[in-house]
Amino acid sequence: MTDVHAAPPAEEDFERPAPAERAPRKTAPIVPAQNIAGRALVVVIAIMTFLSCVTFGAVTLVRDTASVWENQISREATIQIKPADGIDMEIALATAAGIASEFDGVKGTRIVDRAATVRLLEPWLGSGFDIGQLPVPRLVIVTINEESPPDFAAMRTAITTAVPSATLDDHRTWVDRLVAMAHTTVTIGIAVLALMLSATVMTVVFATRGAMAGNGHIIEVLHFVGAEASFIARQFRNRFLFTGMKGAAAGGVAAIAVFVAFSWWSSRNMATPQGDQAAALFGNFAIGSAGYLGVLMMVVVIGALTAATSHATVVAYLSDLEAGQADV
Amino acid sequence: MIRFENVGLRYGMGPEILRDISLHIPAGSFQFLSGPSGAGKTTLLRLLFMSLKPTRGLITIFGKDRARISRAELPLLRRRIGIVFQDFRLLDHMTTYENVALPLRVRGREESSYRTDVMELLKWVGLGERMHVLPPVLSGGEKQRAAIARALIEQPEILLADEPTGNVDPQLARRLLRLFIELNRLGTAVVIATHDLTLMDQVDARRLILANGRLDIYD
Repeated sequence: MTDVHAAPPAEEDFERPAPAERAPRKTAPIVPAQNIAGRALVVVIAIMTFLSCVTFGAVTLVRDTASVWENQISREATIQIKPADGIDMEIALATAAGIASEFDGVKGTRIVDRAATVRLLEPWLGSGFDIGQLPVPRLVIVTINEESPPDFAAMRTAITTAVPSATLDDHRTWVDRLVAMAHTTVTIGIAVLALMLSATVMTVVFATRGAMAGNGHIIEVLHFVGAEASFIARQFRNRFLFTGMKGAAAGGVAAIAVFVAFSWWSSRNMATPQGDQAAALFGNFAIGSAGYLGVLMMVVVIGALTAATSHATVVAYLSDLEAGQADV
Repeated sequence: MIRFENVGLRYGMGPEILRDISLHIPAGSFQFLSGPSGAGKTTLLRLLFMSLKPTRGLITIFGKDRARISRAELPLLRRRIGIVFQDFRLLDHMTTYENVALPLRVRGREESSYRTDVMELLKWVGLGERMHVLPPVLSGGEKQRAAIARALIEQPEILLADEPTGNVDPQLARRLLRLFIELNRLGTAVVIATHDLTLMDQVDARRLILANGRLDIYD
């Protein structure tokens, strides 16, 4: 039996091992950079970010287009003068234009002349007809200051008093319908975006927790070598912030690429029927600086969300370890 | 250094795993903790490491009442205890050197301040030529020595080893035992949990025998 306090040194007790197989390398990170779960997490985050950004961009596009529709129509009003017995059309047009231009909020008036009226009617009546022989109404375009529109009721009264066969169309019916439609479209878009963001948050949280599940042994080892909870949480938070940002950036860049591609396509097809149709519906397909800023914010938020989830998972795991609940 | 007085432990509403355990582990002492499988050796080690709280009784560790130690204090006290697991618990993505240096790294020390110490310790446990090898390449005995080196790098006041020779052949078990004896000679208290009677017979040391949840001490 050996006396505990008379033992020889241990160094020569062990046979000389084989030479090292690996050269010295850069210090490994405490949390490994990549594993299968980590790569899957990057892909999941990239896909969800892409879908969220595309939804966000689409909502931005619809909102901007709706705003353009609304502004374009509310920018103008039309005075229509029907031919009547004893009326001199040119005088009536000039009178109506004069009355309208006196109102505050009117930036200008423009009489649609005979030639322009003929061009307007050409698709229905063909070319070469004599407009003087037909009882065709004539138009005055009134350009409105969108910031402070005129009193349309007073203008309507003044014009019909001076020219009984005149009517003033302020496009209010169209504007109201378009505004209602635009607001509905934007509301639906925002609801879809909210659902998409909720799905993204849930997916990122669960995917992060899944990726964290494979790191339990690292948390335990750090715990047993006396690492403080804040140190362990920081290691995982930093690693997962990087992972989250990487996936989110990939998704965001892909979404921006889609918008740039559509913008390029629409600019290339500007004069074609398909291009004009798309432009009429969606404007010029550019999401603007607000859209790009939104994509950037989404990348940052998703990265932060991944980091926060990993932090919470570490804290919960350590709490279980301290309570003796974890399998150690 | 560590004192138990009438300590009992049960998991949830189950029966008591440990009953009326009273013991004292003085500084610089050497003892075996033994008993049949399932007797509660690992549970007792976890109590010593403050990884579990007793359901009754008093534990005093480094002069502090276990029940009054805050969560913030626990890591600081654990740094004074080295622990070696039967399954080594080395991190496979780190080299032997990095695994052994981990306790110093988590304290925020610069590598330049501990590089020499880690390399000397690795040479001392016979792993001088294996320091840049990843654990999957190491043999069972080498992994065990790496785990022991990790537990010792901070020069703990007490070393707890759970079945340190459970995965190695008898010859290597004897060599590891000599390593623990040498450590103890340098001033570290050692508690080795084992059910290997042959190993215990090689050293004249105190024995703590757990059976049916109770502890008998043979000085």
